[in-house]
Amino acid sequence: MKMKIGMCGSIESNDCLIVIKNNKENGNHIIINSIVGDFFYEQIYEVIAITLKEKNLNNVLVECTDKGALDYTIKARLLCAIERYLGE
Amino acid sequence: MRRSLLFIPGNNPGMLQSSDVFEADAVIFDLEDAVSGTEKDSARFLVTSYLKNYSPSLEVIVRINGFDTPFCAEDLKALFMLDNLNTIMLPKARVEDLLQLSEMIKNNKKDIKIIPIIEQAISLIEVDQIAKLELVDGILLGAEDFTKDLEVTRTKEGVEIFYARNRIVTACKAYKIDAIDTPFTDTTDNEGLTKDTKFAKSIGMNAKSAIHPNQIETINQIFTPTTKEVDYAKRVLMARDEAFAKGLGVFSLDGKMVDKPVIERAEKVLEKAKKFGVL
Amino acid sequence: MDKNNGIRKYKTFINSEDYKNHPRKLIDKKNKADNTIWLKSLEDVFDFLNITDGMCLSFHHHLRNGDYVLNDVCKVIKKRNIKNLSIAASSIFPNNKPLVELIENGNVTNIYTNYLNGPVSDAIVSGKLKGELIMNTHGGRARSIESGEIKIDVAFLATPTVDKCANGTGAMGPVACGSLGYAIPDSLYANKVVLVTDNVIEKLDQYDIDGKYVDIVCQVQAIGDAKGIVSGTTKITKDPTGLKIARDTVKLLDEIGLIKDGFSMQTGAGGTSLAVAYYVRKLMEEKNIKGSFATGGITSYFVKMLEDGLLKDIYDVQCFDLDAVRSYKENRNHHGMSASMYANPYDENVIVNKLDFVILGATEIDLDFNVNVTTDSHGNVIGGSGGHSDTANGANVTVIVTNLVKSRMPIIKEHVTTITTPGSDIDVLVCERGIAINPRRKDLLEKVKGSKLNICTISELLEIAHHYTGKPKPSHHTDQIVGEVMYRDGTIIDHIYKK
Repeated sequence: MKMKIGMCGSIESNDCLIVIKNNKENGNHIIINSIVGDFFYEQIYEVIAITLKEKNLNNVLVECTDKGALDYTIKARLLCAIERYLGE
Repeated sequence: MRRSLLFIPGNNPGMLQSSDVFEADAVIFDLEDAVSGTEKDSARFLVTSYLKNYSPSLEVIVRINGFDTPFCAEDLKALFMLDNLNTIMLPKARVEDLLQLSEMIKNNKKDIKIIPIIEQAISLIEVDQIAKLELVDGILLGAEDFTKDLEVTRTKEGVEIFYARNRIVTACKAYKIDAIDTPFTDTTDNEGLTKDTKFAKSIGMNAKSAIHPNQIETINQIFTPTTKEVDYAKRVLMARDEAFAKGLGVFSLDGKMVDKPVIERAEKVLEKAKKFGVL
Repeated sequence: MDKNNGIRKYKTFINSEDYKNHPRKLIDKKNKADNTIWLKSLEDVFDFLNITDGMCLSFHHHLRNGDYVLNDVCKVIKKRNIKNLSIAASSIFPNNKPLVELIENGNVTNIYTNYLNGPVSDAIVSGKLKGELIMNTHGGRARSIESGEIKIDVAFLATPTVDKCANGTGAMGPVACGSLGYAIPDSLYANKVVLVTDNVIEKLDQYDIDGKYVDIVCQVQAIGDAKGIVSGTTKITKDPTGLKIARDTVKLLDEIGLIKDGFSMQTGAGGTSLAVAYYVRKLMEEKNIKGSFATGGITSYFVKMLEDGLLKDIYDVQCFDLDAVRSYKENRNHHGMSASMYANPYDENVIVNKLDFVILGATEIDLDFNVNVTTDSHGNVIGGSGGHSDTANGANVTVIVTNLVKSRMPIIKEHVTTITTPGSDIDVLVCERGIAINPRRKDLLEKVKGSKLNICTISELLEIAHHYTGKPKPSHHTDQIVGEVMYRDGTIIDHIYKK
């Protein structure tokens, strides 16, 4: 079976790359790899968690590779990745 | 009343978030040509997310994808969710599309203006009807696509777009909206930009679009009244007031007769000067 | 070592003018006993000078990433397993990786430098250096050497061309690098001076290093790779935000009346600083203004201004690109100078004190205008003062140009991670969303009243930054000190901590 996957963004400066896939029945899992993680990890985590909640997603794995994206960018990339993940 | 409109690629977060520092009168977040076909959705999400979080203190324009594309409806749906969008820019604009777009804006109870881009011969033929539409408050010439439609080569001198520029200026001036010139595409040639902008101004364009932030200062400078123009305008109005006080209908300044068009021009210069902070 | 809990060797920083309360300390200039000895290898030099444990060896960095001399000396040290050496190199770059092993093995235990990045920096920040790391300023290093605070046993000076009288120059040779300004204090005060060269000619009419101080000329195959000489960041930025900052900076300089006939300036070699030089030039041409001199590290932008008659003189302590090297060789108004004349607070002719303005960068700046160019926000050493604190203190107006936010990191902090240059010497911060003037400069604030530029306070700018980025968590460091930031007067202004 092909794994369903949603991806959006880039690893350019000020951007982030979001990958979202199914996490079976294991709840939501968020992995953040950020160049500014020392300073903003919690903020990034919160944006992602809240967005997942808004979209009613409960069993997904989200990987965020962040190159200093602001919250609005992280949210936009995630929303788009979700749409791509749910579509097709 | 605009002088400079800065195009910003809609899928570039770095450029998006610094787009309001370059002193352009308006930014145009581009969902169309600056975004590849596979990233239309991500650019749409990015621009709308940006505008939900920030309200830059300048006019915000979004260039959507044309009515002939599958992306247009999605673009509009997302934009109508916003409450800080000032203007929609419509590429390859036709009267029919604009009527439809106006209808949609009204149905969504939005206070949004429209800037159509004239980039096809057929649109230029319709430009008088376009200029007179209620929500249209400026028209942009899109010379790259326009010359493609004419099957001619685009040159720096711009002989091939001379007629289109004049045609657009006339329509815009007739309906008192902004005549916005096509961008100058060589971003490293400031001399060329200066020449091109001065020329556009000389034939009646009152604004120019830019595809690089470095172009803004030059464009603003050229479309802002000079100190000399402002001083003269002030003297005209002073002379007018004195003449009226004396009960004179007609008067002269520096040995030249001042009539109504001169006064109106002076008023316009001062209005611009005030708006652009040089008064 | 006991530097953290033993007797403190160095005094703590008081303020940037305190050096005036203390007299200049000078050791005797070196006195060469015999004729210059000519040797063929570094091994021979080690034998001849009997280089042994605990000595201090010095180097200059003008060949930058193309330098072979420091690395070749490292090879000899490793081979002979000499221990507890101190290395006084004016800068240490990524190509000096061979030092890492010597640090790990205790061959090198102390490092004195003005600028440090790459693998050596990583090794030191992770706590591998057994002795002390002192980060000097360019002027401070000259002061340290002339006062005997850094006692150099042997100076290994990479010298692109040497003549038969042992005079040395950087103006010519296969790896010509221009002015040898940072090597001059070493040549005057080191116990033994070794010129390492790969080009010997009959006679030099002009030279940076006087043969009368040279003990040994060591002629080797190659002292460096010309391709590595050009400094990394010597082009005008293409970033539109950087250019906007540069334009605003020049508008500000003009409004406060600094761009006038006879003015003098220095700009850093960062892309935005260089863009300031570009826009200054445009304004000079528009207004037909002629300046007097430019100084510091020299790039083609200043060379062009000299050649086009916009500047009378260039005072060059190091050349950042090959145009500067050419001009240094050819143009009589392109003068070399020593690090001491450039920036030593005690030098009677010090150039930095004659500057009308200097344009500098910052990795961090705080609400008191303190600037950090030594570490990044994570605590890695990524540079150092170089001439930052020297010029900031000397120049009439010191302007910091930087983006307000870089990849989500606000450049303005409540407190900088490391203080390189004290805020009392920083007058203006220009970033893309506004200009903050140090409240201490009431004269400047007066001059910009009614300006169309967006003048605000630095805390307003911090707020704007946080509006975009959110508030960053305060950074933490360990308690273990791995290095000291030494101000130009020899006091310690801040510490560098283990990661």
